[in-house]
Amino acid sequence: MSDDRSRTTTGTRTTEQTGHDAPAPEAAGAGSPAVAEPDRGARMLEVSGLSAWYGEARVLTEVGIDVAPGEVVTLVGRNGAGKTTLLRSVMGLHRQTEGTITFDGTDLAKRSADARARAGIGWVPDDRGIYASLTVAENLLLPPVVHPDAWPLERVYEFFPVLRERRDFPGTRLSGGEQQMLAMARVLRMGSRLLLLDEPSEGLAPVIVQRIGEIIREIKGQGVGVLLVEQNVKFAATVADRHYLLAQGRVVEHLGNDDFRAREGELLTYLGM
Amino acid sequence: MSEFIQYTLQGLAAGGFYALSALGLAVIFGVLGVVNFSHGACYMLGAVIAAVLLAELQVGFWVALLVVPILMFGFGVLMERLLVRWLLALDPLYNFLLTFGLTLILVEAVKQRYGVSGLPYEVPAGLGGQVSVGSVNLSAYAIFACVFSVAVCLAVGLLLTRTRIGMIVRASTEAPERTRALGINVGRWVTPVFGFGIALAGLAGVLAAPTRAITAEMGSNFIIILFAVVVIGGLGSILGAVVAGLLVGLVEAYGIAYAPTYAQIVIFVLMALVVLVRPSGLFGREEVA
Repeated sequence: MSDDRSRTTTGTRTTEQTGHDAPAPEAAGAGSPAVAEPDRGARMLEVSGLSAWYGEARVLTEVGIDVAPGEVVTLVGRNGAGKTTLLRSVMGLHRQTEGTITFDGTDLAKRSADARARAGIGWVPDDRGIYASLTVAENLLLPPVVHPDAWPLERVYEFFPVLRERRDFPGTRLSGGEQQMLAMARVLRMGSRLLLLDEPSEGLAPVIVQRIGEIIREIKGQGVGVLLVEQNVKFAATVADRHYLLAQGRVVEHLGNDDFRAREGELLTYLGM
Repeated sequence: MSEFIQYTLQGLAAGGFYALSALGLAVIFGVLGVVNFSHGACYMLGAVIAAVLLAELQVGFWVALLVVPILMFGFGVLMERLLVRWLLALDPLYNFLLTFGLTLILVEAVKQRYGVSGLPYEVPAGLGGQVSVGSVNLSAYAIFACVFSVAVCLAVGLLLTRTRIGMIVRASTEAPERTRALGINVGRWVTPVFGFGIALAGLAGVLAAPTRAITAEMGSNFIIILFAVVVIGGLGSILGAVVAGLLVGLVEAYGIAYAPTYAQIVIFVLMALVVLVRPSGLFGREEVA
């Protein structure tokens, strides 16, 4: 936890250097020194100087972020800010990029998406990515087990009893909330060390969102890192250690959770919510 | 009534050829995103190889039923490795054109070598007769062909639903990108899946050999009907390919029997109706459409 403290402080200092309305180049520069701090402890994911394009359109500019084991980090920003593109670039699904992405100290540039997944990056897409042509159990069993800490199927079923009940149903016969549980359970069964969660709370009832919060805290306790794209600022504040605010493809703010909470109202206005 | 049963059986036998081939077409489309125009030519090649094996090497039907799919699997592997693979990253139209060109080459090559008049092939010994069920006389071979193709479809169905390889193929068929992001090397399955799809077309060709005229052009009409089958069943749906294959076989047989003038268009009327009511096909998912 003391580790998290120091990170928060760093985040605060960064924030003081830039207002969130600051011109983007300085803002992007502000993100980078924070990444370079030597006392941050081991980081499992390090993204630096990442730019991404769709054809001619540049959607990310010199983005620098990092995630440590057991840390929950959010990407907050309006629609089109580049959050999903950032996750897809880390996963290796979006290849039109420049800059470096390292995972556990290994440069991922030449790694395919499936190799990245086997190295321990777990993908939970915004549409949940549940297979209609696979049963619930098959959805869980499809990915290979990539780490000794992977949850055995029995543990998955104990933690998500509804998945046991519905295990022989086609995956897409589950409700939205259950599909979200399944998508998260799937990467836990796989043993992913870093989860990329793309808006897990979107469109779900408050009680389910609360449950997702519990799951995130549970996996955080196991030293799994989480990079969370989230529009729900209140939810983000209940689970995360740090927050990166993205605007027009740049990191414009880097906040510890205390500052994030303190400025919640302002951020909600900024995000147009 | 006895006529109706006769037509039904003929329809199911023809439908079995369609189902087997459409299954191959669907699996290839699902995993590679390639619309294999040469599927009809591969069906033709299966029949031609069976005929040549018999005429020149005295290799009979039963051995051909095993050997031809193996040879066609090899042909499919070569085709994927040497040609199809290089165009996978481009617009799917390129592979459609490639396989279209390949079809012309295969058809012309067979014409050059074996002429246009058709190769002889006899119904295998023991299946030449008629089977009487009550007052109905049925061709033993038609019964065999029907049962055999349905059995192969079921076996492929079990392979797809009960094994890990099948699970990976289903997942890759539904969402290749997501499947890669879940740690599956989809690319590794591309070559065997392509070979497997071609082998099924070859198998359908062998099964058709005793009942159809074996000519270089026998696949030309076949591929058009296959596309109708795949559209009716739902693009990318494996179950849809099999059910629609049998359905189209039946509709075609009834058409020939009861409305010979319209026989050629009945299938396409069926296709138009299905697409009007369910644009994604009988078993297609809405997202696919």
